[in-house]
Amino acid sequence: MEQGRPPVAEPLTFLAHRAGDDVAVAVRDAEPGEARGAYLDDGATMTIAVRAPIPLGHKVALRDIAASEPVTEYGEPIGLARVAITEGDLVHIHNLRSARWQHSR
Amino acid sequence: MAAQPLTGYRRPDGRVGIRNHVLIIAVDDLSNAVVESVAKAIPGTLPLAHPYGRLQFGADLDLFFRTMIGTGANPNVAAAVVIGIEPAWTERVAAGIAETGKPAESFSIERHGDLRVLEMAARQAARLLRDASELSREPAGRGELLMSIKCGESDTTSGLGANPATAVAVDRHIAAGGTVIFGETTELTGGEHLIAARCATGEVRKKFQAFYDAYVAMVERTGANLLGSQPTQGNIRGGLSTIEEKALGNIEKTGTAPVVDALAPAERPVVPGLNFMDTSCAAAEFITLTAAAGAVIHLFPTGQGNVVGHPVEPVLKITANPVTAATMGEHIDLDVSGLLQREYSLDEAGDRLEAIIDRTVNGRLTCAESLGHREFALTRLHPSA
Repeated sequence: MEQGRPPVAEPLTFLAHRAGDDVAVAVRDAEPGEARGAYLDDGATMTIAVRAPIPLGHKVALRDIAASEPVTEYGEPIGLARVAITEGDLVHIHNLRSARWQHSR
Repeated sequence: MAAQPLTGYRRPDGRVGIRNHVLIIAVDDLSNAVVESVAKAIPGTLPLAHPYGRLQFGADLDLFFRTMIGTGANPNVAAAVVIGIEPAWTERVAAGIAETGKPAESFSIERHGDLRVLEMAARQAARLLRDASELSREPAGRGELLMSIKCGESDTTSGLGANPATAVAVDRHIAAGGTVIFGETTELTGGEHLIAARCATGEVRKKFQAFYDAYVAMVERTGANLLGSQPTQGNIRGGLSTIEEKALGNIEKTGTAPVVDALAPAERPVVPGLNFMDTSCAAAEFITLTAAAGAVIHLFPTGQGNVVGHPVEPVLKITANPVTAATMGEHIDLDVSGLLQREYSLDEAGDRLEAIIDRTVNGRLTCAESLGHREFALTRLHPSA
């Protein structure tokens, strides 16, 4: 396996794809508390008040989202909130569903 | 980074391959036993066994012949021995392969039996293997190498790292005059408008939209809940929640080039550039279709760690998931997990990917090749008669 260069940058816990996205992805396991994040598009950084354990690869809500409201990632809708979601919550299949697969509700 | 000179095998039809296989091809399930025996008798040849090829009809049979002939015709193949139960379909597959100008011998089992076919086919296979061993690599242009891309067992690290790194290589390959095939029709759902917008002409857009609409209508007609299938359980375990999220990550790897054509399954591309192909999203089915279309190298970004390979088309794995890189290292050709901590730029990840692509073109075995992964999975359009 080819190895990357040794780490040189500051540790980040979350990455979001686009400014304006409603969710960011954990790039390491996150515990409740304050965590640092960054946006991939403009490099802007943020501080997130995490409310639940969020494993590597899972998503955190960056704002309060009402039930049935569209959720945005990559600047595009990725589904609808099944229930109200609070900023800092884990966002996954328990509170987010496809708006496209008509039978996958 | 100094580019390595690329080399490959130039076939009689002008296409360039990066491997030099002699294939022993089963036309049908009944011929698998003797195909395996021939490959055992002549080490260095490659058996191609599969469970179908009997009583197929209509569009499903057309796709079957396109896939079998296309696989033998793939530029990574020097020569083929084709074995089937009866002569008509066996000779049809061999004749289709021989149209490329490469040797293709055919043997049918009826009126001979397995053992006589074994002897006749093994003698020809040994001769073809010796002849293939005298073919040598020649300088090849990057643009001459047909590439395919598909990700698998994706997770959110695919969209953040492995797929954007793949996109850098895809854009460079196309800029060099090359052709890249992507597909995964249902896995564009939620981002299909982004692909439609990138279609080079209204005609291409119409073809793409027709493929997309037909596939999704077939899925929806079943009335099935797809959660756990598309996205897969592995996708969900890795943090992907919906088909839309998976699709948007998937599309990241296609880069920025316009979509110049929309192809039927296993159809050979004719327009240089980024080509869409109507396919299943299952890894082995997808690569079997692109190899049949003539692709000689596949870039496979993975999140949770899909281990797929193919008999003819080398599959190169890229992951940005540090857990997968650490726990499944023997499957991962390139670890770009440093992208998650922004330890290096996307362009640097692209440089490293291009370097390992070039080494693979020049003969380095992929992880999947070294582990003996040779998945060959025919796509079926409907049941047999």
